[in-house]
Amino acid sequence: MGALLRYDEVEVGDVLTATEYPITRKDLVRYAGASGDFNDIHWNERVAREVGLPDVIAHGNLTMALAGRLLTAWAGDPAALVEYGVRFTKPVIVPDDGVGAVLVVEGVVKEQLEDSCVRIDLTATAQGTRVLGQARAVVRLA
Amino acid sequence: MPLDPSFIGRVYPPTAVFEVGREKIREFADAIGDPDPTYRDAAAAQALGHRDAMAPPTFLTGMSLEACHKVTDDPELGLDWSRVVHGDQKFQYHRPAYAGESLEVEVTVDNIKSMAGNDMLNLRAEVRSVDGEPVVTVLTLLVARGAEEGEA
Repeated sequence: MGALLRYDEVEVGDVLTATEYPITRKDLVRYAGASGDFNDIHWNERVAREVGLPDVIAHGNLTMALAGRLLTAWAGDPAALVEYGVRFTKPVIVPDDGVGAVLVVEGVVKEQLEDSCVRIDLTATAQGTRVLGQARAVVRLA
Repeated sequence: MPLDPSFIGRVYPPTAVFEVGREKIREFADAIGDPDPTYRDAAAAQALGHRDAMAPPTFLTGMSLEACHKVTDDPELGLDWSRVVHGDQKFQYHRPAYAGESLEVEVTVDNIKSMAGNDMLNLRAEVRSVDGEPVVTVLTLLVARGAEEGEA
């Protein structure tokens, strides 16, 4: 079992093509239900503003999940992920304007490791701001 | 008041058993907009050598967060949840979580430190099958912001 992508097909510097993941208020409501995280700041504008946020913000774990889609789609098998970590540096603000936010995620192969593994660094931005720091994964290829 | 560092190393016993529901996986995959068939279709997952449909890599955040609340809600620790922000999140995968299986999670307080008036709480959730097979280790950093001047 494992990735469809082969280790010997990959080189340091290879790019995981930048991909856009739109996030609307409806997506936040759906993610709240699916994940069980009903924190008000992810759907209630009044509460978000009361705690000093400019508007409703996306769940950090939703941002992480969307960025993870780039990894699993690239490897060809979700089980290829060995390690995946992020730092939540800035919130993804999701306005109720009929458009919402757009998360842009791209990746690069930083290092070839033992055991057919590679290290990937991800960049995730929304509204031109980096929203994840130290977003890194180890992926085991075929 | 800073968090008590004597909590470092404390282990919170496993939570109630959590079943990885097939429909719950589908609901989660839909919520993150991921069309990957291995989350929905046992045959697609089996074609890649897996025994059944799999949960997406961040599916278990809900379960691990719930377990972490045993620590954060511990009155002895005295953490003010309204000041907590999610700092870091890291998953170490041992094997996929499969549809229909039963899991449990044990949380350990890995570290507590105070920096610039903020409390940093590192938690480690070990998710394993009820047979004791390690599935995923979830490392979470929670930051409790210190009371601002004039507030407290």
